[in-house]
Amino acid sequence: MKMTYREALREGLKNALEENPNVFLVGEDVGAYGGTYAVTKGFLETYGPERIMDAPLSEVGFTGIGIGAAMGGLRPIVEIMTVNFSLLALDQIINSAAILRHMSGGQISVPLVIRMTTGGGRQLGAQHSHSFEGWYAHIPGIKILAPATVEDARSCLSYALKDPDPVLIFEHALLLNTSEEVGELPEIRSPFKAVVRKSGTALTLITYGGMLNRCLEAAKEFEKLGKEIEVIDLRCLRPLDNETIFQSVKKNHRVLIVDEGWKSGSLSAEISARIMENCFFDLDAPVERLCRREVPIPYARHLELAAIPQADEIIKKIQEIIK
Amino acid sequence: MALLDHVTLLLNMMRIRRMEEVCAELYTQEKIRGFLHLYIGEEAVAAGVLSLMRPQDNVMATYREHGHALLKGVSAKQILAEMFGKVEGCSHGRGGSMHLFSSVNRFFGGNAIVASGIPQAAGLALAAKRLKEDRHTVCFFGEGAMAEGAFHETMNMAELWKIPLLFCCENNLYAMGTALKRSQSQMDLVKKANAYNVTANSVDGMNIIEVIEKTQIALDFIKREQRPYFLEFKTYRFRPHSMFDPELYRNKEEVMNWKEKCPILTFKGHLLQKNMISELQIQELTLKVEKEIQEAIIFAEQGTWEPIEDLEKHVYENDL
Repeated sequence: MKMTYREALREGLKNALEENPNVFLVGEDVGAYGGTYAVTKGFLETYGPERIMDAPLSEVGFTGIGIGAAMGGLRPIVEIMTVNFSLLALDQIINSAAILRHMSGGQISVPLVIRMTTGGGRQLGAQHSHSFEGWYAHIPGIKILAPATVEDARSCLSYALKDPDPVLIFEHALLLNTSEEVGELPEIRSPFKAVVRKSGTALTLITYGGMLNRCLEAAKEFEKLGKEIEVIDLRCLRPLDNETIFQSVKKNHRVLIVDEGWKSGSLSAEISARIMENCFFDLDAPVERLCRREVPIPYARHLELAAIPQADEIIKKIQEIIK
Repeated sequence: MALLDHVTLLLNMMRIRRMEEVCAELYTQEKIRGFLHLYIGEEAVAAGVLSLMRPQDNVMATYREHGHALLKGVSAKQILAEMFGKVEGCSHGRGGSMHLFSSVNRFFGGNAIVASGIPQAAGLALAAKRLKEDRHTVCFFGEGAMAEGAFHETMNMAELWKIPLLFCCENNLYAMGTALKRSQSQMDLVKKANAYNVTANSVDGMNIIEVIEKTQIALDFIKREQRPYFLEFKTYRFRPHSMFDPELYRNKEEVMNWKEKCPILTFKGHLLQKNMISELQIQELTLKVEKEIQEAIIFAEQGTWEPIEDLEKHVYENDL
């Protein structure tokens, strides 16, 4: 059957709420409004206000309440409207959720899931278009998921809820209306490992989230030329799946990383460094990167498009590397 | 009413006082490092509120939390070992003075980001209510925390969502070195709570009997109404903010005036006057406290260092 990314998120949440009575969703406009992106439409009527909690605009407060509720035995899902607003809750996420286990010598567990929308591409301007998921991946103590496919959007929540540590899920806004053919039941596949979405030998293309489809599009173009590009979908940005990355690099010897975040001090820099440290003598060319240009996202359509990696740029870059 | 008799209440305040004095000594000997914030002068608040807490109740405190941890059941041995950085400490040496934790005692820290523990305490209280568990949840914070957004957001949601949480503001008049009058446009803290429709009361935090009476009223209200309650405890820290504080912001006379209201001295005097305790009994209590604290020092001294090979433990439940 055909399912959209939005429907997949919705099904994931529905399953979670039905499986465990201790699961509840808290966030801005998740209830009466039906979710900012209409993911939770009708949930309030079905599950009631105790499990679908419309929160005031108090990110630090309701994220902290989520942490406490998780410590107290519930399984909260905190929804933050966009990654930009998550910065208001950063203290709770980093100074508490990520470190309570360590600070307490292993005694305190915070089994909290935080979902948020990420990414640019909708002409929403500089304060609604950030891609901070790579930045969050800097922090020990949390796990970072970036579902890029409908199937992952559908199944990753159930794994996140079973994890004893805080998991942040970044849902890319541009993917909400994309659709895919999926099976009756969600796929049983841990979201904490990378997946080779397309295998090939000409080059290893490493990406995640909103950039995956563009990378697959680019790879398709090369297929026509008889060149097979291998596309790795990281899926989980922390912990990084070194094994899948290194295996592919050792086989293909050429690498391009496509990351929607800014280049300086980015996740792409981290992956590049790891490849250098572990696969240096397997490389036939320097590791290349395509990232968001180092500006806040502009409103004007043509400028926004130029600021975020597009399929044609990816194609051009691959040509340069494999020529 | 109080779960503890008067003599035990006095003993508990003396235990906190002596442990804190010893911490200061151990700090000058460099046995304890980092930041050290002492509770001396404020003992009646923790000893009073904690006298009403049962083992199943949740307590969240700040970085000035040694006394709260002690009276929530964490042993002086474990507390001192923690401050020494030993693996036998209540946070296995990972936390230090500001991050005492004990999950078995339901003591949730030890939070050194001002006001950060307040929403978390609301979450604990919400969980207890939803899971129909018989627990009180109490959150301690200083008046400085009332300038933080986290405090205001939590007050609002606690009342809005009928969260049964006791907010305990330890108003010692200074947020580090900034006096209340220099940081708050509205100095009546009860009014701030009332602005969120939260029922509130102000308490003489130097008088343990008043602390207990008013806390009991608050806990009864919370249990009956399943809503939050705010208590302001007017108190004073006799020592500097931390061991690094030169105390440029307050004068000696003010400190001397507050020291005359010492919660331990006044309570002792009250008990002696009413013949509820004898000088001999007080001497016995002093010896008992000294024994407990000296044994704790030995325990901490004899504790062991966690092997460096284990450094990356406790980041995730399962090593990645």
